[in-house]
Amino acid sequence: MGWFTRTKEGITTSTEEKKETPEGLWYKCPECDEIVTSEDHENNLWVCPKCEHHEKIGSDEYFALLFDDQRYTELGADLVAGDPLGFVDTKPYKERLAKSRQGSGLNDALRAAEGKLDKRTVVISCMDFRFIGGSMGSVVGEKIAIAADQAMKRKCPLVIISKSGGARMMEAGFSLMQMAKTSAKLTQLAAKRLPYISVLTDPTTGGVTASFAMLGDLNIAEPKALIGFAGPRVVKETIGTDLPKGFQTSEFVLEHGFLDLIVHRKDLKAKLSQFITFFQS
Amino acid sequence: MQTFLEFEKPIQNIIEQIEKLKEVAALGAVDVQPTLRDLEKKLADTRTEIYANLSPWERVQVSRHPDRPYTLKYIEAITDGTFVEVHGDRTVKDDKAMVGGFGLVKGRTVMFVGQQKGINTKMRQYRNFGMANPEGYRKALRLMKLAEKFNKPVVTIIDTPGAFPGLEAEERGQGEAIARNLFEMMRLRVPVICVVIGEGASGGALGIGIGDKVLMLENTWYSVISPESCSSILWRSWDYKAQAAQALKLTAKDMLANKLIDGIIPEPVGGAHADVEGACRNVKAEVVKWLEKLAKTDPDKLVERRIKKFCEMGVVEKAKPTPKAKS
Ligand SMILES: [Zn+2]
Repeated sequence: MGWFTRTKEGITTSTEEKKETPEGLWYKCPECDEIVTSEDHENNLWVCPKCEHHEKIGSDEYFALLFDDQRYTELGADLVAGDPLGFVDTKPYKERLAKSRQGSGLNDALRAAEGKLDKRTVVISCMDFRFIGGSMGSVVGEKIAIAADQAMKRKCPLVIISKSGGARMMEAGFSLMQMAKTSAKLTQLAAKRLPYISVLTDPTTGGVTASFAMLGDLNIAEPKALIGFAGPRVVKETIGTDLPKGFQTSEFVLEHGFLDLIVHRKDLKAKLSQFITFFQS
Repeated sequence: MQTFLEFEKPIQNIIEQIEKLKEVAALGAVDVQPTLRDLEKKLADTRTEIYANLSPWERVQVSRHPDRPYTLKYIEAITDGTFVEVHGDRTVKDDKAMVGGFGLVKGRTVMFVGQQKGINTKMRQYRNFGMANPEGYRKALRLMKLAEKFNKPVVTIIDTPGAFPGLEAEERGQGEAIARNLFEMMRLRVPVICVVIGEGASGGALGIGIGDKVLMLENTWYSVISPESCSSILWRSWDYKAQAAQALKLTAKDMLANKLIDGIIPEPVGGAHADVEGACRNVKAEVVKWLEKLAKTDPDKLVERRIKKFCEMGVVEKAKPTPKAKS
């Protein structure tokens, strides 16, 4: 297994933000239309200062936010998707992968890393929505397996930050079985009494919700994230009427009993640290 | 009234000829036996030929054939009628799309759970088309844990177009219910045998699909999405379902080749709907065989092997070199 050491210096700029403002100077909140400078937005951890809309960010940003001194060692960084089915829809999967890798600078939709969080060893896996909608294929499953193995090796907690549209359709049956594989690894972690904290961010849907994202010893979410099994469009088609306001938001999911806590991004590290203390003290 | 699929038209023609001939025979006078024999041979040959060359999309259609036996039919056959259904998830309600209960197989108690489709228009509604709500998955888990407590093996029968994507399903945690089942089934300390008898659609199927032996009937499909939904999402049109079925490699043969299932149960020539008793016999034989084989396995070994099997699923490669972020 490949070990890559990568040390981060400072928080990098998120792609979402660039998309919002081609000139790169301003960010307009999609929820409340508030306009802030990109710099202020970044300094506020990409959260709208007016309505607290949490803009999507990637693994670089979360790792920088959570690991002490923004230092961490990446696990399985060189893994990329195979194309076991030779999948072709309107274009070959291979082409989609190459384009996604080039465009995002990422190898797949999840990165895993080991580092310190308030001086205690943790393994954190984080999904990247920019890579084919954060979809779960074999690489996502394998990297979660590697992360769980590493947590067991270090006897440390595992944190997984989910952000996914669900399954990677181009890996079909292989994608489906990653739900089983990731759940299997979590049973091993549980058998060793090692804590697993699931962090659900906008959006977490489909096969990710129906596997590791909902299996945390603690399930915590960022505010107003879309969290569900079926996508809202599908639910709307099923019931044939408009969806109630706030349906499938973090707040809705908490009210129905499936989340332990909703945590603002600025408090995420402190809360994770507190929970780790509770597990370890 | 039998239902015939588009590609079964030649079969339908011969069956209609046979029926006409029998009517003629009923009137007496003419000896129809030689012609009847010819037609019956022709019927068998035509069935064999058509079913030997089914495309993935045609197989998907067979898996949904309205005359196919459904879950309870197989359970009745496997248990020689000793099955007793029990109900409820002990939390919200009894989900009619998911059935479960005890039965005897060769004198030994076995727990059965499975999605149940309706056999007519009224029952299809009642069974919610085999689409379970969270309480269905929780009922299944309750029964599997009950089986574990009393050291009884579990057989799950999978036949679903998916977990129900409704408003209340979301409120009651459809994702959590399925996730919990994957987690708990993975470490269930009794043998688990899963059989896909029709449609194995996505997480809704996998939610009762974690087993030591996962088997598929010959004309079934199992994948992460239905060909129709795949077509609509990737091709942005409903017209590419045949291509999608092909691309998804969702047939029993493909799933076995990719080591995502453990075996295929053959169907009678012409599909399970052409010979329901035959299909039931084949399923029973396989289930009995695996129940016997797994009965003596140590529970630790069973769980360890099950976990290992699912952890080996997936294909990854190594990149060289790591791509540079576009600046
Ligand atoms: Zn705002």
